[in-house]
Amino acid sequence: MLYIKCPYCGYRSQNEFAYGGDATVKRPELNKEVTDKEWDNFVYLRKSPRGKHLELWHHVSGCRQWIKVLRDTNTHEIFNTYKSEDKVET
Amino acid sequence: MTQSFRLDNTGLINKNKKISFKFNGKNYFGYEGDTLASALIANGVHLVGRSFKYHRPRGFFGAGVDEPYAIVQLSRNGETDPNVRATEQELFEGLEAKSVNCWPSVNFDIGAINNFLNIFFPAGFYYKTFMWPKSFWYKIYEPFIRKAAGFGSASTKHDKEKYEHKYEYCDLLIAGSGPSGLASAYAAAKNGARVILAEDKPRYGGSLLTSDVSIGNQSGKDWADNIITELKGMENVIVKNRSQIFGYYDHNMLVMSERITDHLPKSDKHTPKQRMWYIRAKQVVISSGSIERPIVFGNNDTPGVVLASAAKEYMKVYGVLVGKKPVIFTNNDSAYETAIEFKKNNINPVVLDSRKNPQSEIIKEALSLGIEIKFSHVVVAAKGYKKVKSCDIAMISDNKENLIDISNIKCDCICVSGFWTPTIHLASQSGSKTKFIEDIDAFVPDKSKQKEITLGSANGVFTLDETLKTSFQKGYELSKEITNQDNKLQSPQVSEKQQSKHDKFWCVPLPNGKNYKRFLDFQNDVAVSDIELALREGYRSIEHVKRYTTLGMATDQGKTSNLNGLQLVSNIENKVVPAVGHTTFRPPYTPVTIGAIVGREIGKHSKPTRKSPMHSWHEKNNAVFVDAGVWLRPRYYKKGNEGLFEASKREAENVRKNVGVCDVTTLGKIDVKGKDSAEFLNRVYTNAWLKLPVGKARYGVMLREDGVVMDDGTTTRISENHYHMTTTTAQAANVLSHLEYYLQIVWPELDVNVVSSTEQWAGAAIAGPKSRDLLQKIFPDIDVSNDALPFMGFLEANLFGVKARIFRISFSGELAYEVNVESDNGNFMWEKIIENGKDFNLQPYGTEALSTLRIEMGHVAGSELDGRTIPYDTGLDGLVSKKKDFIGKRSLLRKAFNETDRQRIVGVVPLDKKTSIPEGSHLVNDPKAKMPILKLGHISASCWSVEHNNPFSLAILKDGKNMIGSKLYAMSPLKNKTIPVEIVSSHYVDPKGERVRS
Repeated sequence: MLYIKCPYCGYRSQNEFAYGGDATVKRPELNKEVTDKEWDNFVYLRKSPRGKHLELWHHVSGCRQWIKVLRDTNTHEIFNTYKSEDKVET
Repeated sequence: MTQSFRLDNTGLINKNKKISFKFNGKNYFGYEGDTLASALIANGVHLVGRSFKYHRPRGFFGAGVDEPYAIVQLSRNGETDPNVRATEQELFEGLEAKSVNCWPSVNFDIGAINNFLNIFFPAGFYYKTFMWPKSFWYKIYEPFIRKAAGFGSASTKHDKEKYEHKYEYCDLLIAGSGPSGLASAYAAAKNGARVILAEDKPRYGGSLLTSDVSIGNQSGKDWADNIITELKGMENVIVKNRSQIFGYYDHNMLVMSERITDHLPKSDKHTPKQRMWYIRAKQVVISSGSIERPIVFGNNDTPGVVLASAAKEYMKVYGVLVGKKPVIFTNNDSAYETAIEFKKNNINPVVLDSRKNPQSEIIKEALSLGIEIKFSHVVVAAKGYKKVKSCDIAMISDNKENLIDISNIKCDCICVSGFWTPTIHLASQSGSKTKFIEDIDAFVPDKSKQKEITLGSANGVFTLDETLKTSFQKGYELSKEITNQDNKLQSPQVSEKQQSKHDKFWCVPLPNGKNYKRFLDFQNDVAVSDIELALREGYRSIEHVKRYTTLGMATDQGKTSNLNGLQLVSNIENKVVPAVGHTTFRPPYTPVTIGAIVGREIGKHSKPTRKSPMHSWHEKNNAVFVDAGVWLRPRYYKKGNEGLFEASKREAENVRKNVGVCDVTTLGKIDVKGKDSAEFLNRVYTNAWLKLPVGKARYGVMLREDGVVMDDGTTTRISENHYHMTTTTAQAANVLSHLEYYLQIVWPELDVNVVSSTEQWAGAAIAGPKSRDLLQKIFPDIDVSNDALPFMGFLEANLFGVKARIFRISFSGELAYEVNVESDNGNFMWEKIIENGKDFNLQPYGTEALSTLRIEMGHVAGSELDGRTIPYDTGLDGLVSKKKDFIGKRSLLRKAFNETDRQRIVGVVPLDKKTSIPEGSHLVNDPKAKMPILKLGHISASCWSVEHNNPFSLAILKDGKNMIGSKLYAMSPLKNKTIPVEIVSSHYVDPKGERVRS
């Protein structure tokens, strides 16, 4: 079970969190023309990298903040965690 | 009754306390401190089971966790447990055990015929034998394999025992209380670290319990006892015996199963049987020791062939002889300790040492005690069926390939030692790579992956002096990093015997003309010949060889067999062992009771139970409850002999005729606040929200980004920047997470806050033509007329001194209101409604009547919003704004979502107006068509329409829009029903929606 440092609450066990997928996905802006391909990419297609991955996690059983977690999908090492508004270079 | 194999003057057991027990129906006794194994051996019982495949007789091989043979079925306090290792099960008064994998008895086992048919059971025989004819699989092969498989049988009864979970955090977690574990625990604890020391066995000390060493001026055992006593007295230390750390998971999380009452006749009322510890450790010390490995020879599975270390442990810990005429077969020095122990107890062993001319202190000591030693000698084969009677021995050539002068000597046990295998399971589970050490012919952990270190013999260090020095040092260093304290202890002086090198010899060649079975894996009956066959058939990867032959796949997970298997593969393949590699070590290290994994979360405790503030009223008024998510809701209120059907029909009819009240507290409620709230709702819901005035409610539908309906509900504008959102009971948590996601991640610029207020409000729905009259009676101060409080209106009012919110919304399709009060006043509100409702024939109604009312009204709910339907499918397309953008809108342009014959909600009535249609039935054109019959749609919800007094269902039907009036069939193969039906509008009652506005 992962040990995740919530930027608001400190270290908590994984069972307090829900996984939220790729944190680098950007939702197309509202009221903007979006091609089928762009929309399909946004809704359905996700990369599944082996190695470093910036992910969203939701501290569901804690402060209910969505946070960013830079994690190695292979070794499960967590390099750092961020508040949702933090800019992260990956 | 005497115990002919019990020694008088040795052992750590309590001979003052006799314990009686039963094995295979026969009465025996042992002593307090015995294991089932030691007590049986003391009584001269060596036949305890039959092997998995060939049903060969099985005895005892080890004295602990590595035991491959002595698996028994245990009875304790009316419960039964399979897969219990007799070598680990402590004796208690009244223990009953029996052999497994044998029929009719362990002495006469029909299945033993497999032993003589073994030519038909080679490696991979399942794959080869049971392939054809194909039709035999279900009726003949599979039942046969099922019957033959497994050790013992699991209980089918509910387990009466309690199991607990516990979470713990510590600085150092130390797995194993042998010399390295004790030393590192002591050094770290004295340096201020919070330490947990876990020992699998009942007794602490590991190898110190049986080895002949001294530490400081004490014996190894006394030193261990004193350290443990001191550790137990320290506040920063938890010391646990009977506790196996069986799994090493991510981020230094380890799991330990503590056996609390397994060694007692029963658990007392408040004590769990086992406790599962989830431990997050800053640092882990793996001091799990090593397991002796056998040398492979002919018939090496015969009862009476035991590990030399086990024979020593039986003597020194339990005061039990595994035999009175022992042969000791070794390739190293450690077995000499066993020989000397026999000699001290006036038993004369014969030592066969595969080495030509080894020189060491302990060999000299053995010789000086007059022990007979034959160098360059090996055991060729054990003789005897149910117990060793003699063995063929021979001299072996220097190249270990030829046997010279085979002769037979009488013996009643063969104690075998093929050197030691470090227990690297935990390090490997942690993710550490392993490296092969030529000197010890075994793998040890390489670089640590997580915060863990392996010490002592688990790390391939077999001298006590080095082990203690390193362990004291590491205990100090690791604790210093965590505690910043600097209290360093000196490692004590050690006196131990120097050891000479072991012989790289692990398998005795077959003599000419003999075809003895030479077993590698004793529990799964995998012999040398099976591995040879697998390699001949082309299997190369050790992972494949393992699975094809089942080597190391039994419940002991190959603790005694893996390395010899690797040696064999590497010999045949002409590779070095590290090139062959080993199979992956996975948790659990030892079998774990399912009950302990589940813990207290069984039955009702598997999830929380949420009750509304009115729950006790419902209980007192004969409510029959139903699980709605985690909530308990009244399904109906039983009167007299009514069943579900009669009661719910009565309740629903009363709503249509008079007025009913329903507890709707469980509805999800979310408070939405902030100046951008309207804009946010406008993006979340499919319909328009910017112009909703204060004091009004609106029904809304929200989608996922893929266009599928996520949830629906009404949201009310309480004040300028404050909204009260409701969700369905089931989706409340998901909707909140969904909103938080968009507010925090996608549109952080919006000034909106959301918080769940489900538990803050108690709700009562008052529905029926007389609901306004009732409302007026309980709110006499306010105007509740259609003008003052129209459909979708909202008022705040005073309910007999209590603040209340009134929403004019309706799920039942009748004139209806929902009254909310703060949860603490819920019961007060409910009782006032009931009390004042008497004049209007008010009756409470449950979820079943609620469903009936909404189904015949054509209102959609979870069974239609099932995660596969878009607004059009559920008739909600009128709520989809064409002007503004919202979550999921772009997906609605998908071609398939816009087909003209797209599925859509319809009503379904059976032609006979009598037969209820099972939910889930398929709608088809021709029920007699050839399978598979084309499915046109499915029944999503069914009820007995109280308005029309006949069955009515909702369905999602292909081209539903154009199907009204058609005749189809509803087929339910599960219920074996085919019902002719007519498709009608989904709005079966009040299609124009006049009642809600009346």
